[in-house]
Amino acid sequence: MNVLLQYATVLILTAFVGTEIIAKVPSILHTPLMSGSNAIHGVILVGAMLVLGSATTNLEEVLGFLAVILATLNVVGGFVVTDRMLEMFKPRQPKAPTTKSDGDTP
Amino acid sequence: MSRETLIDLLYLFSATTFLVALKGLGSPKHARRGNLIAAFGMLVAIVATFFKYVDGHSLHHVGLILLAMFIGAIIAVPTARFVEMTAMPQLVAIFNGVGGGAESLVSITEFVHIKSSHPATYVTLEVLLGVLIGTVSFAGSAIAFAKLQELMTGRPITYPGQQIINAVFGLIAVALIITILVSGSTPLLWTLLALSFVLGVAFVLPIGGADVPVLISLLNSFTGLAVAASGFTLGSNLLIIAGTLVGASGILLTRLMSKAMGRSLSNVLFSAFGSVITASGADGGEARSVRSGTPEDIGVLLSFASKVVLIPGYGLAVSQAQQVLRELAELLEAKGVEVFYAIHPVAGRMPGHMNVLLAEANVPYEDLIEMDEANSELQTADVAMVVGANDTVNPAATNDPSSPIYGMPIIHADLAENVVFLKRSMRPGFAGIDNELLYNPKTILVFGDAKDTLTKLVAVVKSS
Repeated sequence: MNVLLQYATVLILTAFVGTEIIAKVPSILHTPLMSGSNAIHGVILVGAMLVLGSATTNLEEVLGFLAVILATLNVVGGFVVTDRMLEMFKPRQPKAPTTKSDGDTP
Repeated sequence: MSRETLIDLLYLFSATTFLVALKGLGSPKHARRGNLIAAFGMLVAIVATFFKYVDGHSLHHVGLILLAMFIGAIIAVPTARFVEMTAMPQLVAIFNGVGGGAESLVSITEFVHIKSSHPATYVTLEVLLGVLIGTVSFAGSAIAFAKLQELMTGRPITYPGQQIINAVFGLIAVALIITILVSGSTPLLWTLLALSFVLGVAFVLPIGGADVPVLISLLNSFTGLAVAASGFTLGSNLLIIAGTLVGASGILLTRLMSKAMGRSLSNVLFSAFGSVITASGADGGEARSVRSGTPEDIGVLLSFASKVVLIPGYGLAVSQAQQVLRELAELLEAKGVEVFYAIHPVAGRMPGHMNVLLAEANVPYEDLIEMDEANSELQTADVAMVVGANDTVNPAATNDPSSPIYGMPIIHADLAENVVFLKRSMRPGFAGIDNELLYNPKTILVFGDAKDTLTKLVAVVKSS
């Protein structure tokens, strides 16, 4: 039960710290915030790796395999698309010809 | 240092990078770097996981894990890279959905895996909550995707007794969870999975297209919370921290969005807003006169203004006119006109969407101003030009208590000396409400496709 308490501590502290940080994100960046946080919950990939890595039956293997695929989609897609968006936010450039870029490797 | 301690340290590093990324989003200057740091942190966590021991042995099926990752990555990269910015809400919905799906699968696998060892009740409870929330998020995101992608109608789908039926589903889910906790029955787990799926679909069906952005924020936070629940089961602080951060951000955005629409969250979720087209023009709309102008008139008006506030809405993106609008703004700035883009929080199809669409057209972010700042700039502006927006500038939101959008904070375009309204037709906006601003004596309407009109304006401003 002690462990449970420790986890709960982490959860509550993170909730407060997270709210403070996120409240400071300006509305101009709310879409990247959403897709960025979306990428962060892709950390479930770690969980997916662990369940597939400890699978002992065929059922577990199949489910774990699917979980890893979906979680990877979530992580990779999330970070790539967030990077692509954030790359577009540029400050005013003094008289420089603006080139329409298409995102480079994240 | 033991292997486990080292891995935990790397996880701690990874969790820290997530906080750094969110902090970086405090300004467009550091945002991109923050995101890259988080991506690196994620990579560290993934690599570290390969060296972890579970159940007293190193990871099995490493080949399978790598294969699955490879499959996921080759689907994700091109999708994320080439999807249009206008389709961003769908993409976020789908990535959120697969996250929820992965979460749910992890919980199910964990249930199957630990069942024989008779786990503590709280462990099973966390697993079951993971299944429930993850699946609701998955199914809900899928329907949200279908609505946004217009694979199905964007109008709310309602049927008699809908909310009662949903409540009954919810109660059955709770009852199932309790039964599984007592009996540990695997068949019941499948029932719970199916029920969660139905619940996710039923929850989203009555939510109208215009409200889907709020919904995606909420589903995003659901997935986050489900991931945190998995963190409890798998004993991972990393998952708890990451999941909670996402949960918090999702809830915050959800509240911000509902506030920006002047409605409570429960109203957004349960009122099937927009299912009935409000009788527009009930007060004799057709008979009222409007003033319309030609691009030539407006071009001159803009050229000789000293401050212009542009108020873009999603209609701008629909007619793909962001580039032309930016071109017009640059021409005006070259003439010494001060130009701002006033962005309403709900402009676009998800929170902050309009900003991304304009950034894509190379509009510098300093020129994008939020609603409150816009309303103070408008007091001294010569021209407010509304392009593809409607409800977000509708005065009915402030002065007509009978209007469905009453209470929504708006951009007060009518504070400016002149209001120019680029409009395809007299048709009302998404919420189906007539706009009083159109009949304001200050307002000049220019009918036609936004892109055509803006192109003509560019030509006029160039030559004047």
